[in-house]
Amino acid sequence: MKAQGGVGAGAHRLGGIGRVTGAQLYVADIPVADALHVKLVTLDCAHARILSIDSAAAEQVPGVVFVMKPEDLPQPIPRFGPQYQDRPVMADGEVKYHGEVVAAVAAETKDAAEEGARLVKVEYEALPAIFTLEAALAPGAELVQDPSIRRPGPLTGTNVLSEYHFGWGDVDAVADEADIIVEHTYDWASQTQFAIEPHGCIAAPDSDGIIVWSSIQHPYQLQKTLAKVLGMPMSKVRVFAPDPGGAFGGKQHPKLEPLVAFMALRADRPVRLILTLEEAFQAVRSAGARMTVRTGINSDGTLVFQDFVDDFLVGAYGDTGDRISAKASFLSAGPYRTPAVRITSRAVLSHTTPCHPMRGFGIPQVTWARESNLDEAALAAGVDRLEIRLKNLVKYGEEHVPGDTPADGDWAQTVRKAASEIGWGTPLPKGQGRGIAIGVKSGPTTGLSYSTVRFLGDGSVLVFSGTSDMGQGARTIYAQIAAEELGVPLAHVSVVMGDTSVVPYDQQTSASRSSVLMGNAVLNACRDIQRKLRARVAEMEGIDESSITLDRGVMRLPDREEAIPAVLKKVLGPMGGEVVGNGEARKDALPEHPLGGTALFFEFNCTAVDVAVDTETGATTILKHVTVGDVGLALNPVQVTGQDEGAAVMGVGLSLMEHLIWDGEGRTRNLGAIDYRIPTSKDLPLELVSFSVENADGPGPYGVKGISEGSLLCTAPAVAAAVRDACGAVIRDLPLSPERVWRAIQEQS
Amino acid sequence: MNDTLPIEVTVNGRLRSFDVAVNHTLLEVLRDDLGLTGTKECCVVGECGACTVLVDGTPMNSCLMLAVEVDGSEVMTVEGLGLEGKLDRLQEAFLDEGAAQCGFCIPGQLMSAHALLAQNPHPTVEDVNEALAGNLCRCAGYQQIRAAVLAAVQGGGR
Repeated sequence: MKAQGGVGAGAHRLGGIGRVTGAQLYVADIPVADALHVKLVTLDCAHARILSIDSAAAEQVPGVVFVMKPEDLPQPIPRFGPQYQDRPVMADGEVKYHGEVVAAVAAETKDAAEEGARLVKVEYEALPAIFTLEAALAPGAELVQDPSIRRPGPLTGTNVLSEYHFGWGDVDAVADEADIIVEHTYDWASQTQFAIEPHGCIAAPDSDGIIVWSSIQHPYQLQKTLAKVLGMPMSKVRVFAPDPGGAFGGKQHPKLEPLVAFMALRADRPVRLILTLEEAFQAVRSAGARMTVRTGINSDGTLVFQDFVDDFLVGAYGDTGDRISAKASFLSAGPYRTPAVRITSRAVLSHTTPCHPMRGFGIPQVTWARESNLDEAALAAGVDRLEIRLKNLVKYGEEHVPGDTPADGDWAQTVRKAASEIGWGTPLPKGQGRGIAIGVKSGPTTGLSYSTVRFLGDGSVLVFSGTSDMGQGARTIYAQIAAEELGVPLAHVSVVMGDTSVVPYDQQTSASRSSVLMGNAVLNACRDIQRKLRARVAEMEGIDESSITLDRGVMRLPDREEAIPAVLKKVLGPMGGEVVGNGEARKDALPEHPLGGTALFFEFNCTAVDVAVDTETGATTILKHVTVGDVGLALNPVQVTGQDEGAAVMGVGLSLMEHLIWDGEGRTRNLGAIDYRIPTSKDLPLELVSFSVENADGPGPYGVKGISEGSLLCTAPAVAAAVRDACGAVIRDLPLSPERVWRAIQEQS
Repeated sequence: MNDTLPIEVTVNGRLRSFDVAVNHTLLEVLRDDLGLTGTKECCVVGECGACTVLVDGTPMNSCLMLAVEVDGSEVMTVEGLGLEGKLDRLQEAFLDEGAAQCGFCIPGQLMSAHALLAQNPHPTVEDVNEALAGNLCRCAGYQQIRAAVLAAVQGGGR
């Protein structure tokens, strides 16, 4: 297991040594000479009209170089965003959420910047804030966004950013056929990604261009955004993307980088902004949701229809709120064979922090509602909760959403494994309960990744990949693929990432895509090298190319077999040099598809838990937690287990303890690590086990699928079901805090 | 606010004498004045453990200590682990077990683990969970980290 090697080896992480010695440079560790330090100025309110900004006192602080105010930016203030270009570089006349930046101080030292920021005087008129779905959707509600920045359409005069209708069959027509109909509303709290590394960026003017360092997941998107807001060609914007210290979706898109870039250009010096954890909480969050689900079944548990209304509370700017609501809701009905499904999905604007995805891209939210409601239907019908799932689960190759990619795995195998590992159906002591739930998520619906691989003269390899290695271990995977294909030791492969001027384009690092898409690009680049070697060998030996075959590190000629590195040496000859290969992997858009493209693959997970509930305190202890994922193939089993268990523990946090709390005026009350709890080593399930189903049936190299989100997709419904099974407490809003569980116990007794 | 005081402190075995701002934390001085950026900054309120260092052998949140408080002390950071370019047994075990994912919490985890093993050479699972409870990992590799600490004990003399 510990051997260094190619595909399937539990190889050491590339970059691991830097991570255990402290040598790994995260953005805040990068020394940039002569840099000014930035401190942000924000207001203690969620919604306000800015009347004046007085920076005179701040500018008197020794070391303060300047104070950047909205009027110092190009007018009108440039706006940007991944889906909607509605987010201003700095608050534009109004603060729209708690923490939106109104000014920024640049100073020679951090101390001076902080002192300056304290002395910037902002006069403002506090305005009522909208921070709940009810308030945002109330008739006559104040509009969070001025219609002038909205896309023209029927929703422009409302707080609904986007609305989608998906489905098939006729729910109303078949509803009468159902023996049992269960309808409930489920709430998922807004949460925060809480990467241990707070976001940071540094910008430095560079001749007629700019260099920006950012702990970002999508460096090429940042490059494009900066080029647009700064009015520079993309070739003049160089983004360095050092490995993020965790991201979980929260570092996908640009946020404060445009402001820092404008400040660097103004200063004509490097400028650095490293957020505090509190500021990181105010820079991004996940989308809370309220979902009303109506499930109709026959008395034997066969699904007749599923009906969903999914409302996502997104922030003051569009960000990815629209896409999260659409992509997640599209799979509301899950992996089941349901004759009629109706889904309405809305993203609702509010005076709150803009939303990025968070590990699962909204699927944990809809899964919480669907799986919980399915359990309630099963209980009403007296059907076993495992049986109802197996009965309705689509088979391999069967469509669960008509017109989309059919089931791409033997999903029943995954479910049966989880059930068997938790001992489903065996008796439990009093006070304990079991839950089981299924999560399924579409992988990317479009994608484009390029890789260049350089096979150097000594047989070592440089892989160029635009993926961000934020903990998932992408670098290691690509090196393993190159080692396998070119027949070289893993220790002779290096992977170059994080420089948009050197490394070819990659669309993004998200949706557990990188092993599949960039993995295929690396594989194709290695095979490009193999083909070039073959062409040259054929020429040198005077034989036909078609008589030579290539296979994982080996070239087979009519009369012999040679290792690829030996072939390289011969081909290069005394002059040396190198062979360069290019690879591409794409998932094309499908304009007529409701999501713009079918799923490249599905992440499929079944989670089963066994819990004990303390009825005196309401505290839940997870005694055993089983997660089983259909991973296609584990390229690196150690990394697969790490990602799968990690997502499971995050899922436990989201289920039991995590939620952002807004006060009566829409200000976030629990900013930071003291008041927002995430799991520690003492919050682990007493036993946590992860299993992989490997049938080598994915679209990635050697049959791999994406894996990094699977095990948190359905943690919450599994845990809540187990709590109910243990003590009868029915809870439909997260998290399952001891207080909520205790109150639910009191209510039923 | 810019008052300074001279301190004398041994950092990773090397005695240093220099002036520090009286308002600067040990974390700031390690990172900004000494360039020892292996120690990480996250919550700055003593909750996350990313900035854990050893002060006279005791794990401390360096964000909660003023630098002047370590005058006369011995401070050890992640850069002080291992000898002459060789990884120590904990670092090796962290690599073997896949304990470092994004890696940002790892320096703090290693320092807490180092202090644990110095005090308790044969910890139980519960001992490890307790000793590392102050070091948050959002990748949540707690099981791998715990396995690494226990494996380092097994590996003994490495």
